[in-house]
Amino acid sequence: MLNFSDLLPYTDVFLSGLMTTMELTVLTTALGVLVGTTCAAIRQYGNGTSQRTVAAYVELIRNTPFIVQLFFIFFGLPAVGLILTSWQASIIALTINLGAYSTEIIRAGLSNISKGQWEAAKVLGLNFRQTLLRVVFTPAFEKIYPALTSQCIIVMLGSAVLSQISVQDLTYAANLVQSRNFRAFESYVVTALMYLGLAMLMRYVFVLIGKRLFAFREAS
Amino acid sequence: MIEFSNWDILRNLLLAAQWTLLLSIAAFIGGTVVALTLTAMRLTRNVVVMRIVRVYVELFQGTPLLMQMFLCFFGLSMIGYEISAWGAAILSLTLFTSAFLVEIWRGCIDTLPKGQWEASRVLGLNFLQTLRHVILPQATKVAFAPTVGFSVQVVKGTALASVIGFVELTKAGTMLNNATFEPFKVFAFVALIYFALCYPLSLCSKYLEKKYHVAR
Repeated sequence: MLNFSDLLPYTDVFLSGLMTTMELTVLTTALGVLVGTTCAAIRQYGNGTSQRTVAAYVELIRNTPFIVQLFFIFFGLPAVGLILTSWQASIIALTINLGAYSTEIIRAGLSNISKGQWEAAKVLGLNFRQTLLRVVFTPAFEKIYPALTSQCIIVMLGSAVLSQISVQDLTYAANLVQSRNFRAFESYVVTALMYLGLAMLMRYVFVLIGKRLFAFREAS
Repeated sequence: MIEFSNWDILRNLLLAAQWTLLLSIAAFIGGTVVALTLTAMRLTRNVVVMRIVRVYVELFQGTPLLMQMFLCFFGLSMIGYEISAWGAAILSLTLFTSAFLVEIWRGCIDTLPKGQWEASRVLGLNFLQTLRHVILPQATKVAFAPTVGFSVQVVKGTALASVIGFVELTKAGTMLNNATFEPFKVFAFVALIYFALCYPLSLCSKYLEKKYHVAR
């Protein structure tokens, strides 16, 4: 028989797990998009060697599972002298992962900006920084914003794997609770729904941020 | 203690990779069958049926695959359905794969202009004839590249089956790590084998994308 009331005493366990997952998500989304933007700019405008390096990074990450990347960073790197806490390893792994995917997405946006835009900006007397920010990146991001949103949500959902290196996230909380009260089904259903809520919340927040970032559309 | 040479590690990993491959194929076939059914349901244009499909997609795209696996493996057995790790892995990967494939195929069918349905209607084709002679030949062409591209996600998704104790490539990696204490080497090998499985699929998807993009 299902009995969800057995979960009530563990409310704070779930909440602290939820907080950890949210914290990690906010931090790594920001870092990952930053890495992605940088790498996309290199991929689009850099020289031959730097372009190939970024391409290799993107392909390597996109074609291996996140859990293997995580294990390599957390278990593998200490063997060559780089000792990381599970928290550090998680942040690095999530950032590298989102960085690779967002590179590919943002690059698609950048390749949409024609050379004429650069030239027009130059003629209008914008300097390099202004051109990059107002003429290149903002319209490029607007174009790929929905895809980027989806990818950030996918990485957030992927963070469930972090429980395997004992980061005390939402999935860890679910495992802890079901090991205490043997209510596995209930515990996992509730946790899955919390992830679903988190995914919806993220989509909503991204829409709000997008409205601000691309406000120039409504003004014109 | 048994000594493991590089060849021993690689040989054992390759043995386990066969299970990764088998699981991927099973999940992909299962996902395709379910996704085809759901796509057919969507095409009925019945509001209730379409909403059910919508909720299904939202549910399995909006929750972690790991959570779905836990639910299928630990959850189902707790409420009385005994299921093996292999069964739970296939079940959850099928649900996950189908949710994404339905969404991909929806995009492919919806990109076709509505006028094609109307023109077929005017020409006297019924629903099934329109589907078979007009819609599907075009939609499958567009759908090919993203479907192959998604198969990479399926292969990578099978790595999570290691968490519920199914011995595939990743699980074999952690077991070998426990035996050899050489995590750097073992997980690098594991990553390389996944790469060797996934990269050709990625390339194939890119090639198909180019090919059909030009044709359109």
